Amino acid sequence: MDQKPQAVAEDPAKLAEFQARIDRGESIEPKDWMPERYRRQLTRMMSQHAHSEVVGMLPEGNWITRAPSLRRKMSLIAKVQDEAGHGLYIYCGAETLGVDRADLIDQLLDGRAKYSSIFNYPTLSWADMGVIGWLVDGAAIVNQTVLAKASYGPYARAMIRICKEENFHKRQGYEIVATLANGTPAQKAMVQDAVNRWWWPSLMMFGPSDTDSPNSAELLRWKVKHKTNDELRQRFVNLTVPQAAAVDLTLPDPDLRYDEATKNWEFGAIDWAEFHEVIRGNGPCNRERLEARRAAHENGRWVRDAAAAYAAKHGAASATNAA
Amino acid sequence: MTNDRPPSTDTQGPLWEVFTQEEQGAPHRHAGSVHAADAEQALQNARDVYARRGEAISLWVVPADAIVASTPGDAGPFFDPGNDKAYRHPQFYKVPRGVRGL
Repeated sequence: MDQKPQAVAEDPAKLAEFQARIDRGESIEPKDWMPERYRRQLTRMMSQHAHSEVVGMLPEGNWITRAPSLRRKMSLIAKVQDEAGHGLYIYCGAETLGVDRADLIDQLLDGRAKYSSIFNYPTLSWADMGVIGWLVDGAAIVNQTVLAKASYGPYARAMIRICKEENFHKRQGYEIVATLANGTPAQKAMVQDAVNRWWWPSLMMFGPSDTDSPNSAELLRWKVKHKTNDELRQRFVNLTVPQAAAVDLTLPDPDLRYDEATKNWEFGAIDWAEFHEVIRGNGPCNRERLEARRAAHENGRWVRDAAAAYAAKHGAASATNAA
Repeated sequence: MTNDRPPSTDTQGPLWEVFTQEEQGAPHRHAGSVHAADAEQALQNARDVYARRGEAISLWVVPADAIVASTPGDAGPFFDPGNDKAYRHPQFYKVPRGVRGL
């Protein structure tokens, strides 16, 4: 997305002092000195995260008009609205690093910025709404609970707010899953099919394996991250396996087995080729998602223009009155 | 971020900082920020973003560029006048043993 950044020569004394602050567990605030690379990494992470929240509205928005009851429809609208809010919390945090939200949105719309690859998969049935809440939001919570301790204050604060709200997302999803799993054979088959399709992409949400994660060491040293991708992925699997068993659903992994020694649920190999293909823009819905975002942005332009024109007129009028 | 393109021409409106009061008697605390064309829209956006679950009974929005803040680099000397005056704290004063209610 960006051009290769020129290496910035940082003052070694300032760098050491910065690392010492991190090691003491201090929180870095917007006006504090920070290495250019820290600023850049956080801008990248936070803008990708914000974009993911915003694009994440699309697969679910797809089902609002077809929700099976008013109760389900209200919940889904509230959840999708939350995702918009979460995007705004994180854009707001990213702007404290000195970037402009309009530029970040431009980067998303013209395809330079990345967002979570999970949202490039299609939502084929109503059961997907349940499984997304359960698995996708569940995975996001595991990730975000740790990010709530990130060293950058505005990011951590946004995550705390988000984690509180995501619990509703996960529970409403699991309720849908449990209801379908206890329903007719057709309903049960539908939810099992959704689990089969979403399980592996959910595991990929934690990012590349530690052996193949170029940014991890630096982000851990700066305490932006506190756990590695693989540690978080394992935590998610351990949490989820019993939840699947509780509603009598299976996870599509023949290698899944409990290891008494490590107390972990060992899982099979992830198809990283698929992961990289989706990131490169070749997932089932990449093009559709970006087109929907662009259309939404263009269709909203007249509202922004009208609000700006109103504010300008109003501002001019009050300036005249004051004179 | 390094970027070979001109800044966006799209208007998101100016930035407003948002403060929320969570309950009666509590102070207003900084919650985040919103973009809005004017104060009225800023208040509505702040409500939709920061008070979806009854988290606030009162909201302030302030143009972000109207906020004047101390700078972290000068924090030492700037706050120094308050840091070396132990006599401003009750623990500085000796009280005869056995005297209560002080």
